[in-house]
Amino acid sequence: MLRRLYYDARVRDLFWQIVISVGLVALTIFFVRNASQNMVNAGIASGFDFLWRSSGIDVPFVLTSYTASDNIWALFWAGVANTLFVSFLAMILATIMGFLIGLARLSSHWLLSTAAGAYVEFVRNIPLLFFVLFWYFGVIAALPQPRDSLGFFSAIFLNNRGLTVPSPMDGSVFRWALLAILLAGAAQWLVVRWAAARKARTGQDAPVIAAGLMLCLVVPVVALVIAARATGWDMPQPGRFNLRGGFVIIPEFVALLAALVTYTAGFVAEIVRGGIAAVVKGQREAAASLGLRPGQILRFVVVPQALRVMIPPMTSQYLNVLKNSSFGAAIAYPDVVSLFMGSALNNTGQAIEIIAMTLAVYLFFGLIVSALMNWYNARIALVSR
Amino acid sequence: MSARVRSSSLALWRARLFSTPLDSAISLLVLAGLIWAFAPLVRWALINATWAGESRADCVPGGACWVFIKARFGQFMYGFYPATERWRPNLFLGLALAGIVPLFWLEGRTRLRLGLVVLLTLPVLGVWLLGGGLGLRAVETRDWGGLMLTLFIAVYAGLISVPLGILLALGRQSRLPLVRTLSVVFIEFWRGVPIIAVIFLASLLLPLIMPAGVGVDRLARAVIGLGLVIAAYMAEAVRGGLQALPKGQTEAAAALGLGYWQTTGLITLPQALRISLPAMTNEFIALIKNTTLVLVVSILDLLGIAQGSLADPAWVGMNMEAYLFSGTIYWLICFALSRWSRSLEAGGPGSH
Repeated sequence: MLRRLYYDARVRDLFWQIVISVGLVALTIFFVRNASQNMVNAGIASGFDFLWRSSGIDVPFVLTSYTASDNIWALFWAGVANTLFVSFLAMILATIMGFLIGLARLSSHWLLSTAAGAYVEFVRNIPLLFFVLFWYFGVIAALPQPRDSLGFFSAIFLNNRGLTVPSPMDGSVFRWALLAILLAGAAQWLVVRWAAARKARTGQDAPVIAAGLMLCLVVPVVALVIAARATGWDMPQPGRFNLRGGFVIIPEFVALLAALVTYTAGFVAEIVRGGIAAVVKGQREAAASLGLRPGQILRFVVVPQALRVMIPPMTSQYLNVLKNSSFGAAIAYPDVVSLFMGSALNNTGQAIEIIAMTLAVYLFFGLIVSALMNWYNARIALVSR
Repeated sequence: MSARVRSSSLALWRARLFSTPLDSAISLLVLAGLIWAFAPLVRWALINATWAGESRADCVPGGACWVFIKARFGQFMYGFYPATERWRPNLFLGLALAGIVPLFWLEGRTRLRLGLVVLLTLPVLGVWLLGGGLGLRAVETRDWGGLMLTLFIAVYAGLISVPLGILLALGRQSRLPLVRTLSVVFIEFWRGVPIIAVIFLASLLLPLIMPAGVGVDRLARAVIGLGLVIAAYMAEAVRGGLQALPKGQTEAAAALGLGYWQTTGLITLPQALRISLPAMTNEFIALIKNTTLVLVVSILDLLGIAQGSLADPAWVGMNMEAYLFSGTIYWLICFALSRWSRSLEAGGPGSH
């Protein structure tokens, strides 16, 4: 009887799973009991009440309406906004720079492809933290003092305290401009759909590109120009020792963004190169023998197939950018790690709650990035009929 | 003869750089960019640099002051490890090389035996030699630093992450639903959070969940934190190898009457690890790059020492020298490893 049970795979599976669960539960109870004992000893009450205490922490770079008199919950969101802002910008800029370097690497021009290859080898084998510190303490610290700022068109000033740009007196006009741009984008999407349907029905081309230029280039430019004209501008004025007015983009932000973009671009370049190299030569030759022009070959044959190879690794690069934005903590860029896990934790001592919330931010937005990329991947995936 | 060689190499360069007007334009543009970027660097780092001297006063302004690196070389390598005890890390490095290098040449059973001996003795020996005790003068981990500490963290975090990663990868493929779920949750959780946050987490939570009075060394916390995260990434690298194996392997093993652990240990794992070795090496490179993050809990690895040395009033303004020197070391280590990983992938030495 016992022998039969011992040799029954189902019984053994069940047995081991019970052993593992009991072990895990025991370990968890052990840790939790220690933690609660240690917290009682240290006089820390657990729970999320601390979120409603006033924070008293000054943040040098805020995108939300947070001020030091707000509570810690508001501080948390100020940090999340800063994390998302720098990550989003870095993703876009790194994609552009990486594409250019990846294409340069594939170029038949020897010097161009060698230089691009050297860049990739250089960047990929150096820690990101090195880039962050280098940009912050090496490059930006070496910029001139505020009174000797480098000025561009006497509107933008660069110095070792950051980048000072004109700020609009009335931001609401830009909301209208943004609305116009979004509407134009939606209109272009409809035009593309209509043109594709018509082409499928009648075989005739529609002037999609002309409409696209109109809707996606002219409308936004006009909208932004009108908005910029409609509001007054707070221009930075070079003073005796410092600049007055304008909006200061702090050096921590500039350094972190520069580091994230230059570093990630090296990885994106490799993905782009690999994706395009994965499209077999026969595809291009077949397209050429069908009489497609080089631009058409790129657009209709190479890019769609290369994208399929590139999207999964690009997803993980975007997730890396999101996670790597936390490197800002090393130079005190006020992201969620440095504000919440650093400052707020120091002030309140609520280690477990704060760590859990911070990790949850990354897991949640990581899931959103993955979901968006998976949706895009499913859209461009090979449809087999 | 030599004239012909010269003219043909000249022709090669002409074909490479100036074959069409467009090519020439691109070449000139790239060359101009390179000169613009690198000429000041070369002038600063090599031509105008000061190599000999004792103090900052010996350095010429406008050039790199390599005297600074020379004066602080010991710190860059060992941190604040007492100078009289530095033979210990050196000896350990020597022993490690003596144990590991032969593994590349030996074969079969001898290789396996030596590998096991090295794997079981060296880590313990390292902790004893570096940390002291049992007859050696004790050196607190807060005095460790520099390149020595970078390598220590990378190797010991690697020692946690490789076995754990293999177990997790096997767990992810397990027949038992509980094991599978736990492995997936563990892997996806650690892969989803930033490493900097994990190092904070380890340094804050590890002491908290231990019984009162049991302390966890500061450096050990960082190593455990890094080890756990990298284990999740290692697991994905190993999974790639496991999935690449044809199903016939396990089926044949089952037909021979081998059980799960026999099949895994003798059939699937040896093949899977060989396939995933390049990917695992890449994860190890990522680990070396991420050791720099211990800076946020004030552990001074190579980059941390470089960063800390900028605050020395006797050597103000040595930012570029410190970064260039430490960056070069990181680059050399990671570049060598990535070349090795690529040669494995291409079926070079060490591959099967």
